[in-house]
Amino acid sequence: MSVARRTISTPVILALLLIALALMAVFSGSRPFNQTIIDIFLRVILVVGLYIFIGNSGVISFGHAGFTCLGGYAAAWLTIPPMMKQTLLPGLPDWLMNLQLPFWAGAIFAAVWAAIWAAVFGKILMRLSGIAASIATFAMLAMINTIYSNWESVTAATSSVVGIPIVRSIWPYLIAAILAVFVAWAHSISRAGLALRAARDEPTAAAASGIDAPKERLVAFIISGAVMGMGGALFAHSIGVVTPDTFYLTLTFITLSMLVVGGMGSLSGAVLGVVILSGLIQGLRWLEAGVSIGTTTFAIPNGLQEITLGIVMILILARRPSGIMANSELNWTRSRSEDPGV
Amino acid sequence: MQMLFDALSLGSLYALGALGIALIFGVMRLVNFAHGDVISFAIFALLWPSVDAVAVVFAGDLPWFLLIPFVLAMGAGLSVLSEIVVFRRFRRANPATMMIASFALGFVIRYFLLMLFSSRPKSISLLPALSQPVEILGARIPLLQVITIIATIAILFALTAFLKRTRFGLEMRAAAENFTMARMLGVRANRVIMGAFALSGALAAAIGLILASQTGTVDIQMGAAVMLMAFIATVIGGLGSLPGAVLAGFLLGAASVVMQTVLPIDARPFRDAFVYGAVILVLIFRPQGLIAARGSKERV
Repeated sequence: MSVARRTISTPVILALLLIALALMAVFSGSRPFNQTIIDIFLRVILVVGLYIFIGNSGVISFGHAGFTCLGGYAAAWLTIPPMMKQTLLPGLPDWLMNLQLPFWAGAIFAAVWAAIWAAVFGKILMRLSGIAASIATFAMLAMINTIYSNWESVTAATSSVVGIPIVRSIWPYLIAAILAVFVAWAHSISRAGLALRAARDEPTAAAASGIDAPKERLVAFIISGAVMGMGGALFAHSIGVVTPDTFYLTLTFITLSMLVVGGMGSLSGAVLGVVILSGLIQGLRWLEAGVSIGTTTFAIPNGLQEITLGIVMILILARRPSGIMANSELNWTRSRSEDPGV
Repeated sequence: MQMLFDALSLGSLYALGALGIALIFGVMRLVNFAHGDVISFAIFALLWPSVDAVAVVFAGDLPWFLLIPFVLAMGAGLSVLSEIVVFRRFRRANPATMMIASFALGFVIRYFLLMLFSSRPKSISLLPALSQPVEILGARIPLLQVITIIATIAILFALTAFLKRTRFGLEMRAAAENFTMARMLGVRANRVIMGAFALSGALAAAIGLILASQTGTVDIQMGAAVMLMAFIATVIGGLGSLPGAVLAGFLLGAASVVMQTVLPIDARPFRDAFVYGAVILVLIFRPQGLIAARGSKERV
């Protein structure tokens, strides 16, 4: 059986899970719940994007939120009505100033834009490995953040860029999330993905077999950069506003935590990590807002939500140091398969 | 002259932070993201819980010779507690897991402070006598800067003496170099690790004290910025190498201050981008750090 047929069940199961969530949102008919599910899909895109690089290369990146930032601002440049851009972002070049694309086209260009920068940075950074690579990616994020926070005329500096068309329908987010899952799967069973995982697990043997680790890392970096850029664009469309700090440390750590809690080396882990932690966050928010039982309302004090989240994360990691899914994937046979295709 | 002192005092902060992170990394390969929150916690321990803009002082009124040990003890205490409650369970986990666990712990500490104190920055006058300027070689330098630098140098000497001259220091250095071997030769793992956490926590508290008296305000985010720079300093210094961490801390401080004056006006807001660019360059040419720690080389 070919590798693709043997492993296709994983992305299909994950896609079904996402579709089930979307249907729940549609049938519930509630606007806030709809938004919650959209947030989950956005995080799925981002965490899967992280997985493509971190999961396969074993190098922790603190920099991927930077690509989300690039994508989010690219979406703003491309989709805000020209009239508003004149006043908001006067420094844009003319051709960009007069352009207004539909959101999906903006998202595609955002992905390409992020991928280009991933290629530029990756070319320099990918020869590093281990903790040095992590710090270098963080330095990259900080550079992007500093530039976007200060380049008044094209990014409005730290003030928020408003007027991005808001997309409330759940379907584009669902499609993008499923697309991200399939891209991640296709990469992981491709020659590049397999070579990269080989280099992660056995650097010496892989090098001896002719695998050029920096090159394979670069491939994964670019693909994951594109997915993050797309996620950033959709993120911008989900709330209608971007600021540089939306895409900084908080986002980095939240997405990274979801990936590690779910299981760094597993695509299913990436998706389940998002769903489980998001569910937990939502449940706690609900408690924070107060639950009425009979005539009395119970509410937990503010701040307890984050504290509980932190404690639960520590407990999960203490019980399962490699994350909920460790290195295994969900598939039909429920066998604990190793990495697909190995 | 002014610039030199600016660079040295900023560098001191980074160096102290980097030391705190390097100490823990040395003995248990943990990159401690909770370090920044320990900094904030130690300072907030001086205050009564309140949401007012002006801090309600509790232990902050102590005379300085009691205040300083109190803050240091709070930092060390929290740090040791975090080891016992959390990190002990992660001894065998891979570095990524430990990193995220430490981040989650920092999250818990930060929101605990937020619950008690709210996120509003508070003004506090801590050791007000120190903000008087003094004149040194024709430049007016805030006394606090001078004290920061002197205190850092003193701490560095004390720490060196401790690591080189005492048995405990020897054990700690041995553990940093080869943990398994050190254990086999009779170094007690838990004691050494707790010692490292206590030292690191006390260093964090020292940073908190300096920051709070420098800026006159405290807020729950104050540790985060220093922690990031310190973390970068630890890596470019050579992870696990204490002299490297200190050197890189001072270099980073100097780089920030020098770029602030040297860069053309237009580029100044982008200063940090240049600093981080320099960090990437250093990493590319010396991925193992400026002073590579022995035993940290990847073995094949």
